[in-house]
Amino acid sequence: MAIEKRVWFKSWWLPWVLLAPQVAVIAVFFFWPAGLALVQSLQQQDAFGTSVEWVGLDNFRRLWADQSYLASFKTTALFSVLVAGLGLMISLALAVFADRVLRGAALYKTLLIWPYAVAPAVAGVLWLFMFAPSIGVVSFALRQLGIEWNHLLNSGQAMTLIVFAAVWKQISYNFLFFLAGLQSIPKSLIEAAAIDGAGPWRRFRTIVFPLLSPTTFFLLVINVVYAFFDTFAIVDAATDGGPGKDTAILVYKVYYDGFKALDLGGSAAQSVVLMVIVVALTVVQFRYVEKKVNY
Amino acid sequence: MGAISLKHVEKTYGRGQGSNKVIHGVSAEITDGEFIVIVGPSGCGKSTLLRMVAGLEEITGGEVHIGGRVVNRLEPAERDIAMVFQNYALYPHMSVYDNMAYGLKIAKVPKDEIEVRVQKAAKILELGALLQRKPRQLSGGQRQRVAMGRAIVRQPAVFLFDEPLSNLDAKLRAQTRLEIQKLHQELGVTSLFVTHDQVEAMTLAQRMIVMNGGRIEQIGTPEQVYGTPASTFVAGFIGSPPMNLMNGQAEGGRFTIGGMTLALPEAPPRAGALTLGVRPEHASFGEASATSWPLKVAMLEMLGAERLVYGHLGDAMFTLRIDGTLTPPKAGDTLHLHVEPRHVHWFDADSGKRV
Amino acid sequence: MVENRPLATAISHLVLVLGVIVIAFPLYITFVASTHTAQDIVQVPMPLLPGPHLIDNYTAAIQGTSGSAASTAPVGRMMTVSLLCALVIAVGKIAISLLSAFAIVYFRFPGREFFFWAIFVTLMLPVEVRIGPTYQVVSDLGMLNSYAGLTVPLIASATATFLFRQFFLTVPDELVEAARVDGAGPLRFFKDVLLPLSSTSIAALFVIQFIYGWNQYLWPLLVTTSEDMYPVVMGIKRMISGGDAANDWNIVMATAILAMIPPAAVVILMQKWFVKGLVDTEK
Repeated sequence: MAIEKRVWFKSWWLPWVLLAPQVAVIAVFFFWPAGLALVQSLQQQDAFGTSVEWVGLDNFRRLWADQSYLASFKTTALFSVLVAGLGLMISLALAVFADRVLRGAALYKTLLIWPYAVAPAVAGVLWLFMFAPSIGVVSFALRQLGIEWNHLLNSGQAMTLIVFAAVWKQISYNFLFFLAGLQSIPKSLIEAAAIDGAGPWRRFRTIVFPLLSPTTFFLLVINVVYAFFDTFAIVDAATDGGPGKDTAILVYKVYYDGFKALDLGGSAAQSVVLMVIVVALTVVQFRYVEKKVNY
Repeated sequence: MGAISLKHVEKTYGRGQGSNKVIHGVSAEITDGEFIVIVGPSGCGKSTLLRMVAGLEEITGGEVHIGGRVVNRLEPAERDIAMVFQNYALYPHMSVYDNMAYGLKIAKVPKDEIEVRVQKAAKILELGALLQRKPRQLSGGQRQRVAMGRAIVRQPAVFLFDEPLSNLDAKLRAQTRLEIQKLHQELGVTSLFVTHDQVEAMTLAQRMIVMNGGRIEQIGTPEQVYGTPASTFVAGFIGSPPMNLMNGQAEGGRFTIGGMTLALPEAPPRAGALTLGVRPEHASFGEASATSWPLKVAMLEMLGAERLVYGHLGDAMFTLRIDGTLTPPKAGDTLHLHVEPRHVHWFDADSGKRV
Repeated sequence: MVENRPLATAISHLVLVLGVIVIAFPLYITFVASTHTAQDIVQVPMPLLPGPHLIDNYTAAIQGTSGSAASTAPVGRMMTVSLLCALVIAVGKIAISLLSAFAIVYFRFPGREFFFWAIFVTLMLPVEVRIGPTYQVVSDLGMLNSYAGLTVPLIASATATFLFRQFFLTVPDELVEAARVDGAGPLRFFKDVLLPLSSTSIAALFVIQFIYGWNQYLWPLLVTTSEDMYPVVMGIKRMISGGDAANDWNIVMATAILAMIPPAAVVILMQKWFVKGLVDTEK
């Protein structure tokens, strides 16, 4: 595939006109706010916006010293590891089995991909409903088994709740990619391995999984980014960041500090930190995918 | 109307230090209605030249005239040309009919006129039954015909063909060659046909332009190019198996090559370092004589109607073509070759040009 | 699959069916809950089979006539807001991106590289990362609580542009040349040749962007101030005002089902393009 076209049209004005809408939108709603975030992260405003003070990197220093921010970092790290790890493992298992099955594969595919359409907020509400301490179906079943479920008080359970909701939603996306990845492995390789005497598990371990690594890596990054950002709605719907602030992942904290606690400087600084993380993740992924493109 | 004139046409890619000149001052005059084949090895610049005539590449130097007009600055659509591409370039989502009608639609030709032209072209190319099909439903040969149909309906002054037969299998290629010839006989439109295949060049051309390294080696009819090649390149490129070429020193009536001195039936035009050329079919063997050349036979290839004999003349390899019904010589035999003077070609050993 | 072991195939099916059940379970519960009265649900354990109040609950939801203490915004209105937003975002994004990708791939002009990278950078920063300042900008422009404010800032990201660019690069050069010889200018080429060839990509992107737009939560949360501009996805959360028993869970569940129908319908109906577009173009 070409990186550039050999042929093009000559026109000095048309490309500008074509680009104008997108450039206008991203200039106003992306670069300007991003710039503002950078500026604000170096300032401290009072709640009414009447006085602005330049504080340099103070906001950032405060963040690193702030226990709740560091706790939020830990929470987010834990959350994303769980979501990515569980999400990938379950989807991979499902994809492997779906790949083996000859009949009904299309049906399974349809039945497994529809959660992609569910909004994270709705997912949060659904899982909240099932696990609601007093009326939830699942919490009831757990009580029968002797487990007391109250995620409003127990942070471990709160974390479990949002992890389940997040993984549930993401399974279909991962499943689709894993399935496509599996189907792109030439059958002849598997057959050659079988002739060499490798059983199914060994084949998976030594051939399928390594060949799947570009897909796995790609999904890993996607899932981490998902866990960092797209799960805001789940957290807001299911636990409100609670109990206390125990499930306040970083993006939730940005929202809370900026809009509820009205700490604009701190919130902006947090935004900048998040930006750096995402950029790093995307660059890593892009580099890796580009390198492996001839796999 | 369709006469083409190339005046010192040049093409350079890039600027300054990194620039790369690929076409060096090419000039040619093509009369209206001629079928010209531009032939040469890969990378010789023939496609680039064609695309400059078409308007798909910028002309860095010189002028291109079509129908008496200078077209350097004109867009392809304004040059009164039509092009048949190597990969057909059919619009995949349009039917055969729409593919052929597209250019006319843009030129605002009235609908009934379009219908007439498309049907006429379809008849000539036997595409009538396929008009509503999409390209992906057609075979390679059919797609190529649609590509030609698209060119025909525009009724241009010039047809440009960019290696149109390269993607076809051997049998289809031979068939389509004849169809193109027939088409030219019927329509008589000036045609520039680019190919790397010398068989296509020989069979289709009224005149050929042989190119190498961005330069014209020779322009002439197939007979001229075959019979009187202007350089060792042309001599070796046209004709299969290629002309035998041997380097050596000429003096008087003798030519000294590595390991042997050959007696010549006629003295060369000048003495010194020269290259001698003889086509495989122009040597015969028989009784030894004062001017015969002793060929030591190494290998034989039987082709049916003819047989190829490979042997050594001194250090040089020599290929001889003989009638397939004759009793073949054996490896190790010595054959006494006779060549008529008119079949001996002389070239300068350094420049390769004919002397 | 190489060995023909019926046991392995049986296990495969078993695991898959289990997977489907686990995936579908929340949906099933939600549906069942939406067909009972609030009191029935709140008694534990909740009945596991659908009840008789389907029509009542859904009507109440759509019209916003439940007696709950929390938000009672009519779901019908919220669905309309969501639909409009999703459509504007999907169509807007696709239209803008087609034009930009076309400009970047098929033209040479000063600053081309710069603009390409500028657009590419926006891929890296989802709206969640710049909520504070973007809110300020929108507020300064007076776009709060409006369709414009809900949709335009979200058209900024460049996923679609990038994907269209990848696709355009695979279109053979010769088609452009043939079109030039045929006399087609750039816009003609775009309309007659490029767009039809892109139809699969456009369809796939439409599904993805429609769902993206429909499922927006954080941004509408910030930008809307009156109930009649809430998209349904956001409205749902506001219906549960904390504390289990005070909510009309049956209405909430009915709303959830309603909120899931349009995107699920889009995914399932356009499944073929969606899967192809997602997998082929992301790599």
